[in-house]
Amino acid sequence: MAHLTVEEVDHIALLARLSLTGEEKARYAQQLSAVLDYAAELAAIDVEGIPPTATVLSVHNVMRAPDAAGDSIARDDALKNAPRSDGASFEVQATFDNKDE
Amino acid sequence: MKLSSLTLHEAREGLRARQFSSVELARAFLTRIHELNGALNAFITVNDEEALAQARTADERIANGEDTPVLGAPIALKDVLSTRGLRTTAGSRILENYVPAWDATSVARLRAAGAVFLGKTNLDEFAMGSSTENSGFQVTHNPWDRTRVPGGSSGGSAAAVAADLCCAALGTDTGGSVRQPASLCGVTGLKNTYGRVSRYGLIAYGSSLDSVGVLAKDARDAAIMLGVIGGGDPLDSTSVDAPAPDYAAGLDGNVRGLRIGVPREYFIPGTQTEVADAVRAGIEQLRALGAVVQEISLPSTGVALPVYYMIATAEASANLARFDGVRYGLRVQGADLIDTYRRTRGAGFGDEVKRRIMLGTYALSAGYYDAYYIRAQKVRTLIKQEFERAFADVDVIATPVSPTTAFKIGEKADDPIQMYLADIFTLTCNLAGICGISVPCGFDAAGLPIGLQLLGKAFDENVILRAADAYQRHTNWHTRKPMLSLTYQGC
Repeated sequence: MAHLTVEEVDHIALLARLSLTGEEKARYAQQLSAVLDYAAELAAIDVEGIPPTATVLSVHNVMRAPDAAGDSIARDDALKNAPRSDGASFEVQATFDNKDE
Repeated sequence: MKLSSLTLHEAREGLRARQFSSVELARAFLTRIHELNGALNAFITVNDEEALAQARTADERIANGEDTPVLGAPIALKDVLSTRGLRTTAGSRILENYVPAWDATSVARLRAAGAVFLGKTNLDEFAMGSSTENSGFQVTHNPWDRTRVPGGSSGGSAAAVAADLCCAALGTDTGGSVRQPASLCGVTGLKNTYGRVSRYGLIAYGSSLDSVGVLAKDARDAAIMLGVIGGGDPLDSTSVDAPAPDYAAGLDGNVRGLRIGVPREYFIPGTQTEVADAVRAGIEQLRALGAVVQEISLPSTGVALPVYYMIATAEASANLARFDGVRYGLRVQGADLIDTYRRTRGAGFGDEVKRRIMLGTYALSAGYYDAYYIRAQKVRTLIKQEFERAFADVDVIATPVSPTTAFKIGEKADDPIQMYLADIFTLTCNLAGICGISVPCGFDAAGLPIGLQLLGKAFDENVILRAADAYQRHTNWHTRKPMLSLTYQGC
């Protein structure tokens, strides 16, 4: 039986970029364990030699016709939903420290 | 004549014959929405001004002799389909104020054909759920019994069609999200073959499973809507440029010789007796009309649920990574960028969405990827192959849509697995990528609607639509209406 610990839940939450409350962590540990138990049924199925299905379509690698310039979204429209913008770009926190400073 | 009771094809006939205008039609629906939406919560956003402007334009086009299958017809749109200039929330607080700069292709095609958009309908957040209780905004009530759920995730669209708040509606179906609410609300719900309708502009949940579908008052309306929204799209490389027949023209009422398979794995303990009985009676009716019925077997049906929840959540965890508070949506500032992501997503996503992202992240994480995700994809192959084998012998597979009629609001809200079981008869269709339709086939003792599911081969929408239409020519389950005005008006 799968049993996720709160520490494992913490790790998954970091990978998933989610902040969780203590109550959520405890609840998800229990609920995800129950779902994973249910998924354990899959281990009993013989899938020897069976390829995985990622898509049901028989078409693969659809290429566009030679790229041609066309209309695109205006900058102002693209920025309309931005939580923070200086009018020309999205504003976000720095990803890396600036060593010159 | 009550304008809001009209089917889409009846409304078009009336518009063509100039019995009423599109503006009159739109006003009738908007008035009814404002009377009843407070009691039903079917719509998140009502599009009053734009709808009337669209109706005026449609009237001009009609006056100029133009004719399209949806010109001037009032339609509702599930709020997970992008609408240019009209707020699109996906039922999530993280997108509470998001206004798309483009239309989904399905929306754009309806717009070009002159449909009138009444508004955006409620859904489970990011289409994750089977009751519409997971909406970040409101709980939609089933028009047949306000204490019960409408099903989900397209519960707002289903309730809107059932309550005559629109002529027809778009929904989306990843594991049953069109067919199950259609069944619980007593309307017709068409889930199209994967690739039949462009997914461009549909806010993605499970990309290999998602499909755009239709909720309608009958199979003829569903056929008409599919004729408008279907067909290949350069903006979605998974849409298939297969020739789309004139679905409505193919409805000849003839099911003579149609081979119907009834899989024994879909009639199992735990299914409400009245549901199984009504579905069997529906199949008998098709037999009486000339169809040939045989029992078949789809042995892997029982494991479809864990397969679905591994694949759908894995895909969701990747798709929902885009909601990071940078370009659109909520942002909750943290100590650094990672902290901002985590706070934003922690605050913006609801409980079920977080649960599915967590499950999907786990299934894709190092050490578990092969055991859960890849294994689920292999079992998916088995399920798909079983359908292919079955369809060598039959044209249509008939089953219940949902094991029960509409359940009480709150009844399954705290038990994810019980909620997931509401989709056991619908999600195999998405895993196999085929098409399916839910048609009303009876009522239980409490007066709640029951749905019959007809599944067809990939790109065989014409076959299931013809069977559903033939059935509806000889039954009147789909024309029954909930007693709304007496009960709720003014509340």
